[in-house]
Amino acid sequence: MHKLKTAGLITVCCLVNIFVMAQDKNNITTEEPTDFMHSNGKIYVVVAVAAIIITGLFLYVLNLDRKIKRLEKENKG
Amino acid sequence: MKVPVLDGRLQQSVRNTFFHVPMWFGMMIFFTVSVVYAVKYLSSQNPAHDNYAVEFARTGTVFGILGTITGAVWANYQWGSPWNGDPKQNGAAIAILIYLAYFVLRGSMNDMDKRHKVSAVYNIFAFAMLFPTLWILPRMTESLHPGGQGSEGNPGLNPNDSAPAVTSFMWIGVAGWTLLGVWITTLRVRLNFITEKKLNNA
Repeated sequence: MHKLKTAGLITVCCLVNIFVMAQDKNNITTEEPTDFMHSNGKIYVVVAVAAIIITGLFLYVLNLDRKIKRLEKENKG
Repeated sequence: MKVPVLDGRLQQSVRNTFFHVPMWFGMMIFFTVSVVYAVKYLSSQNPAHDNYAVEFARTGTVFGILGTITGAVWANYQWGSPWNGDPKQNGAAIAILIYLAYFVLRGSMNDMDKRHKVSAVYNIFAFAMLFPTLWILPRMTESLHPGGQGSEGNPGLNPNDSAPAVTSFMWIGVAGWTLLGVWITTLRVRLNFITEKKLNNA
């Protein structure tokens, strides 16, 4: 239970920024968006950055999973 | 929270402060923990300390690489190209290469005792280079990052120019991502302990 609470807190800390509200559109002075990544106030740049971090950490954990699997196999045989 | 919009250059991408910046804080924290364990190893010769040192250095390197990639993506849409030869970018790249060499050095030695000792000593030297490349050198020239010559302050972020809400959410992000990294690191450390125990019993 204690572990669950810790994990929950970490998740909240990592992703709390999702609830950060969008900018009021009225007072934005922008250059015209030229492509997808520049549209909507370059928000997709942030999406890409967050996706890269999550993918990277996911791969790192996957690597750990492989190590555990190796150990499990050795224990069986 | 609303992010302030100054002149339409950063726009919403300033929110990367919550993702890109914590990677670097995490990296510095992990490398600091790693060097503490390296010093502990040298004074105690306890292989458990080497286990902690290497896994924290590994997570630190992963965070550093993620920070570099996310920085390159951001720079591509903000500064026009993924790599601008900015002093901060070059400094961070050098720091990561120094730590990659740490793993190459470790892997090159088969004698465990020697491996632990040499890598602990190298760890201290790598850490000694970390802060000059990240904190000192980027301050001495002009930089695209905040700080640098001409604009006083921290070369990574500029607390005086940031809205308070951006800064406080950034610190929450730093805490969250760093704790996640610590968790993954301790999982790896625990697995190493089990593997070693098994090898010793076999």
